[in-house]
Amino acid sequence: MAGHFKKKTKTKQEIPTASMPDIIFILLCFFMVTTVLRETTIQVRTTLPQAEALTKIDQKRLLSYLYIGPRKLEGNKIGDTAVQIDDALVGEVTNVRTIMYRKLVEQPKLIVSLRVDQISEMGIVLDVQQELREAGTLRINYSTKRLVVL
Amino acid sequence: MAAEFKKRKRTDPEIPTASMADIAFLLLIFFLVTTTIDVDTGIGMVLPPKLEEDVEPPPIKERNVLKILVNEQGFVLLEDLPSSVSLIREEVKKHVLNNGVDLMYSESPNRALISIKTARQTPYNAYIDVLDEVWMAYFEMWDLEARQLGYADYATYLTTLNDDEDAVNQIREKIKAQISIAEPDAQ
Repeated sequence: MAGHFKKKTKTKQEIPTASMPDIIFILLCFFMVTTVLRETTIQVRTTLPQAEALTKIDQKRLLSYLYIGPRKLEGNKIGDTAVQIDDALVGEVTNVRTIMYRKLVEQPKLIVSLRVDQISEMGIVLDVQQELREAGTLRINYSTKRLVVL
Repeated sequence: MAAEFKKRKRTDPEIPTASMADIAFLLLIFFLVTTTIDVDTGIGMVLPPKLEEDVEPPPIKERNVLKILVNEQGFVLLEDLPSSVSLIREEVKKHVLNNGVDLMYSESPNRALISIKTARQTPYNAYIDVLDEVWMAYFEMWDLEARQLGYADYATYLTTLNDDEDAVNQIREKIKAQISIAEPDAQ
């Protein structure tokens, strides 16, 4: 028996670590591929306008997005203007009130970020704002891109 | 010479690869920490609270209000006179910093009010352009005020306030941005 053990100790005991970086890289790639950055599919087109007087919103957890724009249809066509909150289209503008009120109860410091397509008309934006006032979500943000001067 | 070669061969030619995994991990953590995903930028506003049924809105003197109207084509009326978007910034500054000198402009910065009114068919783009100019006017006035207090600009003044929540933003107390979004006329 003793001789048997001695034979074993003679074999190399190191675990090969040369492939470890590859394993880590594969892990990295796996996470990169599987991470979903946006959990909502936006059903309306929102080409944001550009502006100069921008403020950054650092507290992402306070934000709730509201999309207004023409609906995306099949074959790159666009339809009528619609309002979307989270994952679903809002049928009637008056529904915005109840949805936003519920969100406000959960997060009293809620900021509603309006992502409005630049060709949308003010009428619907003002209607939505009126509903937001009724709901009590008074902090809003007109989402805009930084103005690029060519 | 031959003996020298033999000696060299005996040394281990392998590069230690054990730390490679740690390096890769460090890289992974570095990128995890430094990536920010899509920070939202925009123009912040606070809507007025819902009006009570039988409470009259407070009276505002005509001279304290700078009326900006944006029509369906995106054209601008400034105090009922045709104007352009590029003129708004100077006009807002003149209005707010008037301090009662000119009878047509505001009495004091805190009483000055900018009213933006649009038609229902006004493109959102035109409205944002106008709103942007009004905000830029305020930003420039705050910059000027900050420089008088001895700061490089308004942003550096803000960073001095960041330490405690209760600090009063003196510049914004002095020049309050009062922008009202008026309802379009009934058609």
